[in-house]
Amino acid sequence: MDQWQELQYLEPMIRWHFKKRLHSAQGIMELDVKSLALPGTITGLFGPSGSGKTSILRMMAGLMTPDEGHLQVDDTVWYDSNSQKNTSPQHRSVGFVFQDYALFPHLKVQENLLFGLPKEDSPKIIDELMQMMDLHSLADRYPRQLSGGQQQRVALARAIVRKPRILLLDEPLAALDASMRQTLQDYLIRLKDTYNLTIFLVSHDLPELFKLAQQVCVIEQGQLIRQGSPAELFSSETVSGRYRAQGTIVQIRPTGVLFLVDVLVGSEVVNVLATSEDLLGLQVGSPVLIISKAFNPFIVGMNV
Amino acid sequence: MDWQPILLSLELAGITTVILLFAGIPLAYLLANHRSRWKPFLETLISMPLVLPPTVLGFYILVAFSPSYLFGAWLEKWLAIRLVFSFGGLVVASMIYSLPFMVQPIQAALQSLPHSLTEAGLTLGKSRWVILRRILIPNIRPAILTGTVLSFAHTIGEFGVILMIGGNIPGRTRVASVAIFEAVETLNYRAANAYALILLVITFLIVWLVSWINGRSFNTWNR
Repeated sequence: MDQWQELQYLEPMIRWHFKKRLHSAQGIMELDVKSLALPGTITGLFGPSGSGKTSILRMMAGLMTPDEGHLQVDDTVWYDSNSQKNTSPQHRSVGFVFQDYALFPHLKVQENLLFGLPKEDSPKIIDELMQMMDLHSLADRYPRQLSGGQQQRVALARAIVRKPRILLLDEPLAALDASMRQTLQDYLIRLKDTYNLTIFLVSHDLPELFKLAQQVCVIEQGQLIRQGSPAELFSSETVSGRYRAQGTIVQIRPTGVLFLVDVLVGSEVVNVLATSEDLLGLQVGSPVLIISKAFNPFIVGMNV
Repeated sequence: MDWQPILLSLELAGITTVILLFAGIPLAYLLANHRSRWKPFLETLISMPLVLPPTVLGFYILVAFSPSYLFGAWLEKWLAIRLVFSFGGLVVASMIYSLPFMVQPIQAALQSLPHSLTEAGLTLGKSRWVILRRILIPNIRPAILTGTVLSFAHTIGEFGVILMIGGNIPGRTRVASVAIFEAVETLNYRAANAYALILLVITFLIVWLVSWINGRSFNTWNR
């Protein structure tokens, strides 16, 4: 029995396993990913574009049907290919924040939120969400009159109006500048804690995953490559350094026994000494991590 | 002057357009969301009136409606309807003739809307009908207006099809375009000019009104 089957009876959680043949620009890709998520946590889906992350979110929401698989949220099965069960998106308790936000252009901010409110629910939640997301001053504006960050907040609030059990975010912060991201990440955490949401987040941004996610699934070519906490995945466990920076090798010059390596970090070039062993498998253009231990920085190849 | 042909034209165009509006939106929605082998075939069929000579279309509709043939005989026997040389027949023929003018702008507009709008509606628990009515239709209002006006104007200007299946019966099938033709044939140029001028003014006003309304509705959202 693998971990996936073993853990399923232990406590309420989200279990998912999706198999799907995807037709992409690069040809046919077989997606086959399974994992678990604990309620109230944020799971990051990380990987190169075209690796199937968005498809996973869409299959969770029911907007795309897997060829095979299983999706269970707490004790409710939403999808199971064996028993032919496939709950429609309307009857899954999900909130979805789309990459383009998908705000309804003809409705004002408040009307966008109201549209999502089930008939039998009290409109109190709208007020509450507008308060929490600082939207009151924007209530009567149309989406076109909002900045990217404001649209993002509206989309987030609208996705939560139905109080969904899981919230799916498709790279929602990608188009925003750094400070705006920061603010929205704080909003997201506040929402998660208030409504006890379980969140799945597609992201390319390492700092974002470090800040938000308890668990990260690294997905490449439709396969789950690695899984764990951001710290486990993105920092090398074998070295404990005080300073780390990601960079790219731009030049390698031999100097006697050692090599002088120029690494581009951000917009600056850092010189690092390395032995031929350090450089095994590395070449100009390789992504590397620079780690400074006390006084001498050295470099480690990054397998991200 | 006899106003009857003008009124008949307006009545025919009005009824045809209203029915087309209710038939055209669901049809355009199906075409915009459908991915089957039959879609190109169906699209071609709907577009035929754009390229087919009206007399060809009129001829086949005449054959279809005629009680001497299968469909016409069936209509007459079971529903007691005769569509040749009747106003009802003109309405049905005009619907076929003007269908692409209603369906194509609406289908194009639906296809140009981001798919995520529908998907957002689905994840908010709404049925496809509610999404169509409350999200999609309000966002394609200019296209619906365009389709309505084009269908109306196209039906008013219809001539060949009407002559083929409706003939020239005063008060029943003699619409303005047919009346103009008849007036010219009988060398009554004054009457022909009067009808023609009225049609010109009516169609100009309609199209002008639409571009004015569209200009306004765009402004309210883009400001």
